[in-house]
This record gives sequence, C-alpha cells and structure tokens, in this order.
Amino acid sequence: MTSSQTAVAPTPTSAPPRTRTFVPRRHVDRWIAGVIFAFVAYVVVDLLVTNPRWQWEVVGQYLFSPDVIAGLGKTVLLTVVSGITGLLMGGIVAWFRMSANPVLRWAGAIYIWVIRAIPALVILLFIFFAAALVPIFSIGIPHLGRPLISFDTNALISQFTAAIAGLTIIQGAYVGEIYRGGILSVDRGQYDAATAIGMSRTKAMFRIILPQAVRVIIPPLGNELITLFKNTSLVFVIGYTELLTTVQLIYSQTYQTIPLLVVACVWYLVITSLGMVGQHFLEKRFARGQRTTAKARRPRTQLAEEAMG
Amino acid sequence: MTDENPMLQIIDLHKAYGDHEVLNGVSLEVTEGEVLCLIGPSGSGKSTLLRCVNQLEGIDDGEIRFAGTLMGYTRKGDRFFELSEGRKAAQRRSFGMVFQNFNLFPHMTALENVTEGPVHVQHRRRGTAVAEGRALLETVGLADKRDFYPSQLSGGQQQRVAIARALAMRPRMMLFDEPTSALDPELVGEVLEVMRGLAREGMTMMIVTHEMAFARDVADKVALMDGGRIVEYGSPEQVFLHPAHPRAQAFVSVLRG
Repeated sequence: MTSSQTAVAPTPTSAPPRTRTFVPRRHVDRWIAGVIFAFVAYVVVDLLVTNPRWQWEVVGQYLFSPDVIAGLGKTVLLTVVSGITGLLMGGIVAWFRMSANPVLRWAGAIYIWVIRAIPALVILLFIFFAAALVPIFSIGIPHLGRPLISFDTNALISQFTAAIAGLTIIQGAYVGEIYRGGILSVDRGQYDAATAIGMSRTKAMFRIILPQAVRVIIPPLGNELITLFKNTSLVFVIGYTELLTTVQLIYSQTYQTIPLLVVACVWYLVITSLGMVGQHFLEKRFARGQRTTAKARRPRTQLAEEAMG
Repeated sequence: MTDENPMLQIIDLHKAYGDHEVLNGVSLEVTEGEVLCLIGPSGSGKSTLLRCVNQLEGIDDGEIRFAGTLMGYTRKGDRFFELSEGRKAAQRRSFGMVFQNFNLFPHMTALENVTEGPVHVQHRRRGTAVAEGRALLETVGLADKRDFYPSQLSGGQQQRVAIARALAMRPRMMLFDEPTSALDPELVGEVLEVMRGLAREGMTMMIVTHEMAFARDVADKVALMDGGRIVEYGSPEQVFLHPAHPRAQAFVSVLRG
C-alpha cells in the first residue's frame, strides 16, 4: 500500500499508532469573553427579576388576554396577506425590471427608486389619507368624459386595506430586488442551454432559472418576511388594531406601559422564531443538486483510484 | 428541396459588437451528413458564427438559411421582418447545441436533463421520452449515471450528458462550441469518441474546435477563420497541408510545431 493510495481512500481502514503528543492551543479569548458575558447575563437577569417595575404578574395576566390574542391574530393576518401580495408584487417588479421592454424596465426602476426613498411610515399615512388627495376613485381616462367605474375612496380604503396596500407596495420594491439578485446569480450559460433546446423565455425562467435562483433568494427573502412581520407594527399610525396598537390601547388606560410592551415583545419573539425554523427547512429543501459537495467528490476519487489500479 | 441544395447556407454574414466587427462577411455551406470543423485563433469569430446559426446572437447583415428556410426573419419583397420569439424557438429545434462549459441544468439529474426538452418543449409522452433518454445515455456510455446530478459527474461525463440532451430533441444538425476546451486532457478522448460515433451515423455537424487531429480525422470540410472572415476552406488535406492564404499558412505551421 503506497502513501498516495492512502491519501485518496475515502476512509482510512485503520488509524496509525501515535508517536507524538499534540497539545491543543489554549483559547484564552474564549474564557475572557465567557467571563464578560456571564457578568452581562447576571446584570440582565438581576434587572428582570429584582426590579418590581417589570410587573411580571401583569405580563402573565395580559399575555393570553382576548384583546392581545385578537391583536396578535390581526398581526399574523396582516403578515400572511401582505406577505403573499408582497411576494406577488415583487414578482411583477422583478419582471418589469428585467423585461426586454425598455418601458417596463424604466417603470420598474422608478417604482423601486421612489418606494425605497420614502419611509414606510409615510407611505402608510399617504395611502390611508388618499381620500384627501383623491376623493373619488374611478377607473377611466382622466378629463375625458364619464369614468367607467367609480368609488368613494373613503369607502374603499379601510384601515385594513390601507395597511395591506401600503405593506404590499413597500414589500414589492424590496422583494423585487431580491428576486432580481437571485435571477442574476444564475449563470448566463443556463439561458443559452435552455434557449438552445427551444424553450421560450418564460418557460426557461420557470423551469431552469428560478429553481436555481430560489437557493439564493430564500435567505434574504426570509429576512424580508421577518422584517415585514415586525413592520406590521408600523400600521399603528393608521390605527389598525394589530398587536402593538392593542397593547398601546391597553396601557393608555392602565398606565402599565412596560409590562404590556413586554407582552408584545414576547409574541414578536415567538412568531419570529417560528419563522426562522420555517426558513431553515426551506433552505434545506431547495439545496437539491447543490448540497452534494461531499458526494460530488466521490466519483472523482473513485476515478483516481481506478486509474491507479 | 433537391439534393444539391445545402442543408445550411450562410450568406455574407456580418455581426459587430459596438465598433468591433466580429463577423465580417462570412459565407459558408454545409451539406447534409457533412462534418464541418471551424478552426482558427481565439477571437476570430468561430463561436459567434455558431451562436448566430442557432440565433443565440442576432445578426447585423446577411442571411442564414436552413433547408432553404430563412432563419430568424421572414422576407417580404426586399424587407426582412424579424420573427417572434416563439417562431425563432421553433426554428432552433432543428439544431442541437453543445457548449464549452456543458451548461447542464444543475438541479436536474442526468436523465432529467436529457428528457427536459422532449417532455416540456416538444410535449412528447413522458414514458417514451424517458425510454429514449435512457437509450441516449447508454449510447454516450452513461447508462449507470442517469440518476446522478451534474455536480457528481466528471467534466467528460457532463459533456456526454450534454450531447445526449441535445440529441434528445432529434435535431437535424448538431452545433459544437469548443466541446473539449474545458476538459482535463485525459477526459477529452471520451467526448471526441462520442462525436466520432455521431459522424459515422451521418449526423450533420458544425464543430468549433482546437483539436486538430480530430478535425483532420473526422471533418469532411475544414474552415479556418481569422479576423471575422473565412480565410481558408476545403478538405482537411487542403487546409492543413496546402493552405493558400498567408494567415492560414502561419496558423497551420504553428500547429505543425
């Protein structure tokens, strides 16, 4: 058995007897960090336990109260609905941005530019107060005869629809850029290969490009959805009674500000953690054909072994 | 369509990227069952010519005709109207293309790569497509690798899957764009062997290559390109042994060493 054969063997058949004693390096830095953070943890726990103003019994009292649960439900509903519409909106934005049609490309670019420039809070307020700007919402050509359909804007825009519309519009810009980044990360040769077997642009996008882009898209998209979940708290400015607005309403009556904010924090932490678990499984699911670095080496190793007889 | 008509006819093709003329009046014919090797220094326009034939690149002037049909345009009087993407895609199905970097679909197994076109573009029945795909993988010597992902295959194996994928579309002509340039030297032979087999079966092929021994051996015609033009064209003996053009003489003498 030569040494080169040992080198390529996937698993050594027997470990050679040790002739030297190796002493691992001491990690002093880890001990120092450990001491510092143990102290920090002590201070934090001390603050949480011994400071009576947290009013933990109030936290316990409100954590599962019907009002808070209803608020949480609305937060989750807002996240799910505007998450889905935001993903769709992002698809449209990415499609515009990457279209062969220069008009669509410009439209997409301007949309992203404007939405990213304006604070989310301002966009939400703008949509909610749209009635002040456009009292009658109508479909038709402006200044040309009677519109085809028209609504009273105030009837159309409730707090809920304004929240959904605002979050969708904001999400669309960011998600669109995430999609675009993922699509651009796919090798150009993949378009060539798909085109060469006679695929249309659309089919190549859905069958060849997107399945590969998803791997790159999911981690930032997960972050974006978690951000969205927390951003739902911004809709307090338009008075939609989601989780944060609910606890605000309660403590404005009872003046138990801190414990009620803790209640909100606990729920945000719980839902975000669930979201992160989901993201982890999605990432594993879409690693198909890529995750196999360990396996990928095997055929080559076998090849080398065969070559050496 | 009569026998003396060429299968592929390229007439005075021009193509520029900005100010840079990549193809500068290329005319060429390939008859049915013929193997044409395109050789020449890098940057001479060989790959671009191949990509123009398959409409992966647009053209600035000239005509490409396949089996008498104008590719990419329809002519009305003296004007050429660009075809829709769908019509172009349909025309591309006459050609199978093999790339330097294989460009296999990494999220699909070898067999899925081969059946993707037949099932999702040509809408053939999955059962028949799979049976045909297996047979094709067997012809390229990879029957046992059909459930492997591209990342689990060597370069030579990937390129052979890519050839099978192109053949699965039942093309009338195969285009090879430097199929062995990205391969480790010991893997070149297995890919060339598959291509030799195709030539023996009478497949019409246009091959951009740096493998001169292969070109001399397999090609019916060799075209030597330089600076976006064809400077030498003829049988392998003519081009390799008795080149007329001074640029061709220089290129060939370097090859002889």
